[in-house]
Amino acid sequence: MKILVCITHVPDTTSKISFLDQDTVFDKTGVQFIIGPYDDYALARAVELKEQLGGSITALNVGLAETEPTIRKALAIGADEAIRINAEPKDAFFVAHQIFQVVKGGDYDLILMGRESIDFNGGQVHGMVGELLGIPSVSPVMHLDIAGNVAKLSREIEGGKELLEVALPIVAGCQEPIAEWKIPNMRGIMSARSKPLNVLDPFEDEQKTVVENFVMPAAKSGIKMIDADNVGELVDLLKNEAKVF
Amino acid sequence: MKVLVFIESDEGKIKKSSLEAVSYAAEIAQGTVAMVFGVLESSELNKIGAAGAKKVLHVTDSDFEPSNIMAVSTAIAQVFEAEDIELMVMAKSSLADPVSARVSIKMDASLVSNVTELPDMANGFTVNRSIYTGKAFAKTKLTSDKKILTIRKNTVPIGENGSDPEIVVFQPNSKGSDAAVKVLSQEKTSGDILLPEADIVVSGGRGLKGPENWGMIEDLAAALAAATGCSKPVSDMDWRPHHEHVGQTGVKVSPTLYIAVGISGAIQHLAGVNSSKFIVVINKDPEAPFFKAADYGIVGDAFEVLPQLTKAIQVAKG
Ligand SMILES: Cc1cc2nc3c(=O)[nH]c(=O)nc-3n(C[C@H](O)[C@H](O)[C@H](O)COP(=O)(O)OP(=O)(O)OC[C@H]3O[C@@H](n4cnc5c(N)ncnc54)[C@H](O)[C@@H]3O)c2cc1C
Ligand SMILES: Cc1cc2nc3c(=O)[nH]c(=O)nc-3n(C[C@H](O)[C@H](O)[C@H](O)COP(=O)(O)OP(=O)(O)OC[C@H]3O[C@@H](n4cnc5c(N)ncnc54)[C@H](O)[C@@H]3O)c2cc1C
Repeated sequence: MKILVCITHVPDTTSKISFLDQDTVFDKTGVQFIIGPYDDYALARAVELKEQLGGSITALNVGLAETEPTIRKALAIGADEAIRINAEPKDAFFVAHQIFQVVKGGDYDLILMGRESIDFNGGQVHGMVGELLGIPSVSPVMHLDIAGNVAKLSREIEGGKELLEVALPIVAGCQEPIAEWKIPNMRGIMSARSKPLNVLDPFEDEQKTVVENFVMPAAKSGIKMIDADNVGELVDLLKNEAKVF
Repeated sequence: MKVLVFIESDEGKIKKSSLEAVSYAAEIAQGTVAMVFGVLESSELNKIGAAGAKKVLHVTDSDFEPSNIMAVSTAIAQVFEAEDIELMVMAKSSLADPVSARVSIKMDASLVSNVTELPDMANGFTVNRSIYTGKAFAKTKLTSDKKILTIRKNTVPIGENGSDPEIVVFQPNSKGSDAAVKVLSQEKTSGDILLPEADIVVSGGRGLKGPENWGMIEDLAAALAAATGCSKPVSDMDWRPHHEHVGQTGVKVSPTLYIAVGISGAIQHLAGVNSSKFIVVINKDPEAPFFKAADYGIVGDAFEVLPQLTKAIQVAKG
């Protein structure tokens, strides 16, 4: 089983988000970067599948040198080798083309991604890569098992899930409860230092969207506290101010 | 500009979020075309007209299962060609994400998801989209001739005054390779209001102590015609099904009203709910961080407050 896991390098979920230069540049000051939580699920499942079936795991990131600590963490968790495509990710279309260039000659059986990044929340790259390769893509995937050359999956749908069977190779966008997040142990951290991390030059490609500027959400106008013995006041507010009934 | 809207249905009913997408499209251009899959009554198809579409392409061939990512994407691309579509609009959903992505590659289109406003077409085509899980927005320009948007709930009101649409059965050409994906079955709750579709959401956290206490949440939800949600630990402990888990790693909702009961308001939970128009927090701890993100708050014991609130709402609604 040859598995590719695509990982993002994104601000920790507790980060405060702010921008510089007239709201055109993300302010990284003081921000802690992590493997995207959904990518972390994908990686954890990859490690389990490798334990069951043998094979190898390659972690892939499209990003500048700053993402290497995050990539090393993926190696510590269980990837055998890593590839970094040395480019600032411009949009999902750009990233998908970069990943496609690496994957098309790579004979991967399984390409695992997160259901979405937690910076731009697109939920797009897996579908795009699947279409570029001409192979099936499934997302958001909650369970994934391999039997021979067939993937058995469940996909979340509104109000439940759907069970699917697809012949490999496939691209899957993963989410919980596909696996439990894995914390790297000491041996993993030590061995990660010597595992190969290959840096590739970016493949020429266009982008199809351009961010003009960022905007912060409007602040809440302040809370109205209501006495627990007076729920009638809340009902009035819901009726007359929020107008929900 | 020729606009196509991809419509989803659930249990024979057109999703409200899809009707919203139709009304969004109708604000941009006349003559909106809608596309829908599966068995549906004509009264349902007429709702698409009421929301603003002029024509409905109905795919009834059972080879094109409504939830099959591959087949649906193939069919949409054929409509793009046949109808000279320049813009496709769809409601953000677990199906819209993968389908929009595949179609964007087939059509060489710009794709932006989580759109929160009508486009600004004064100088090109720019939309506002939610990023960083609701913590910010990005004004984003789509630079290709063909464009695809997935819109977030509560972006525009649903129109009701359009006339009955022209309904045409559309027969796409099957692509053999799409059959590689076999949908075996669906396991799903029936009759419930779907969380991402709901105007009102009542959500419970660890403060409710155990699954046996969810009756209080369900009663309040029933009184308000709301969907039920929960925090991550609640679904992790299997008190509630996973598809009810709200937040950074769960469902992101943008209802008119979100009621959080016994949820502390961790930043990862807030990320999934902070686009709600109104937030009510009920928590026994006055220091719970959720109060900072709320419009209305009650400091109190959920086990006492909830039954009273449910009753007061039933009385107020008559
Ligand atoms: C400094 C900086 C500036 C950026 N500016 C922009 C911008 O202006 N506009 C913009 O659209 N994006 C920008 N990004 C890129 C953004 O981080 C995403 O990588 C990209 O937009 C795809 O995001 P998405 O939300 O559509 O991905 P999704 O489709 O939500 O991602 C799904 C999955 O695809 C994989 N994936 C996504 N991105 C990568 C990646 N880079 N490497 C490896 N796997 C990946 C992961 O498995 C992920 O879980 C910027 C990134 C950086 C670091
Ligand atoms: C990467 C990552 C992603 C995450 N994603 C998510 C996510 O998507 N969604 C999510 O929800 N969490 C997520 N979390 C977890 C999050 O950090 C919190 O741990 C979680 O939201 C807490 O759930 P809770 O509020 O139900 O429980 P608690 O934090 O334990 O809060 C329980 C609350 O109930 C109150 N309470 C207790 N008894 C009563 C009573 N009788 N009446 C009224 N109130 C009472 C307490 O005062 C307390 O405020 C994530 C965490 C990480 C690290």
